[in-house]
Amino acid sequence: MTRRGPFNGKRSGTLVLIALVVLAIALLSGGAGAESTGWPEACGNASPESATPRAHEAAAVPFPTEGGDLTVFAASSLTDAFEEIGDAIEADNPEVSVTFNFAGSQTLVTQLAEGATADVLATADAASMAMAADAQVVTGEPQVFAGNVVVLVVPATNPADITRVADLSRPGVKLVLAGPSVPAGRYAREAMCVVSMTAPLGWLEGLKGNVVSEEEDVRDVLAKVQLGEADAGLVYATDAQSAGDAVIAISLPDGAGPMVHYPIAAATDGDVALAAAFIRYVRSDEGAAILRAHGFLAP
Amino acid sequence: MSISAYDAGQARAEFSTPIDAAQPHGIADWRVRVDPTGGDRTPQAGKRPRLQWSDLVLWLLPLPLVLLLVLPLVALGWRALTDGALTGEGSAALREAMALTLKTSLLSTALIVVTGLPLAYLLARREFTGRRALDVVVDLPIVLPPSVAGIALLLAFGRNGVIGRWFAEAGLTIGFTTAAVVLAQCFVSAPFFVRASAASLQRVQQDLEDVAADLGASPWARFRTVTLPIALPGILAGVVLAWARAVGEFGATIMFAGNFPGVTRTMPLAIYSAYGGGDIATAVILAAALLAAAGLTLGGVRWAAGREQR
Repeated sequence: MTRRGPFNGKRSGTLVLIALVVLAIALLSGGAGAESTGWPEACGNASPESATPRAHEAAAVPFPTEGGDLTVFAASSLTDAFEEIGDAIEADNPEVSVTFNFAGSQTLVTQLAEGATADVLATADAASMAMAADAQVVTGEPQVFAGNVVVLVVPATNPADITRVADLSRPGVKLVLAGPSVPAGRYAREAMCVVSMTAPLGWLEGLKGNVVSEEEDVRDVLAKVQLGEADAGLVYATDAQSAGDAVIAISLPDGAGPMVHYPIAAATDGDVALAAAFIRYVRSDEGAAILRAHGFLAP
Repeated sequence: MSISAYDAGQARAEFSTPIDAAQPHGIADWRVRVDPTGGDRTPQAGKRPRLQWSDLVLWLLPLPLVLLLVLPLVALGWRALTDGALTGEGSAALREAMALTLKTSLLSTALIVVTGLPLAYLLARREFTGRRALDVVVDLPIVLPPSVAGIALLLAFGRNGVIGRWFAEAGLTIGFTTAAVVLAQCFVSAPFFVRASAASLQRVQQDLEDVAADLGASPWARFRTVTLPIALPGILAGVVLAWARAVGEFGATIMFAGNFPGVTRTMPLAIYSAYGGGDIATAVILAAALLAAAGLTLGGVRWAAGREQR
């Protein structure tokens, strides 16, 4: 019998054949995964960016009496501390409403450069803030308001039995870092480079081979460790503190961890008075006390 | 048997010679007419009235919607052509992500077809306890946000997950591997295939199979020569839908599989990483590449379907 209907006879055979060939090509193409990228060219010359520590202001300037909606773009490591600061501000100034957008510093800069509107930008490194300044999305001199350090975190169950940084290059360890363009990822790579200088030959290569994921945000690194999916991650000391008992924090060797500085600046298109008041509050004694309680260091 | 007037004559003629009824256009057209994925292959295509002035009001309301659908894509294409720059690093990332996306999405689709077609057949053709529940479960991933899929997959296949725990004890971890990407893609895209296939299989008239059975065709022969050919366009539409969904899978992958070049960083994740890394130019190029691939695929499928129909 003759078959003239759709998709049958020879034609469907050809279709199946094409599909199989495409599938075979696809399966054979690609290949082994790439190596973790974004490491400093020559390990060891990684110097923490210079940032001028500033004294805290004596007192917070009042928020404008007419109040308003304040939008703050902040590095995700600031999440808990800034939310508390926001609550404190709203409690003192009922007419002010504070909204936060927490993400990786780079993402925040990209969002602002692509037209998102905010009043304040707080990043986890000077490089991101410099990019924001280049893109003219922030105005005025950025003020450094807090410091932080990089620590190693492992799940409370410590599945890979990691007790020190040296263990990170042991074969099979699942290490998660922030991506190379995220401040936390940059700091982590710098720190590992410093550690590698006193480590046995091949230690850093072993560690690079153990990186299984590069997250866009330091909190995503923490989440993967908290869930026990990863054996270890490099995050900020404040993130480790926020996770409580879910993770074990292990300090890096003395001198290995770069000093992390958080600059804050007013956004170009934002409300100048609200932005200034928020920045002052963050740098005031009240703001500093909240930051300190969450594990941040003095700038 | 409900066949509308326009092809009733044809259909009657065919049913008088039952075996041939399975093939010629009458039945196929009838099926396509009610096929929601059939698009412009409807039999009325040739008889559609031209646009009229009185249609103006019909255009005014959907205009914002059409603009909403078209403008972002035009903007993306425009930006890619004018401002998109691909550095050496970016083009390596593009190749790597494209290869991984193609590999994982085709593998997922193949797995879905092999496991999903029998399921679609059961759902369409059998009555059993729990069929309705299974129907709902199969549909669920369509309406779930990707983050829910990601968490759910973690709780099942993560290292501390219900099943992942056993795997971990055997020394196998799924997280951070390409297998995790395939799992995530299967989870989110299988419903599209099963749904389309089941609907298509359901519309194949039982009479035709009965006739084939009367003529001595074995169940497998009935399926292969009667049911499958008639249902094939719908099934293929399901394949394309599922594959497209697999290519676009993002949320569950980034939460469950991680994000590492060459292993788990598929195109959507590569776009997100470029964007998050402040490299908008690369993100735009990657996104435009994916858009072009999607457009070519959909267009190609439509074109092929149109040709087959003629």
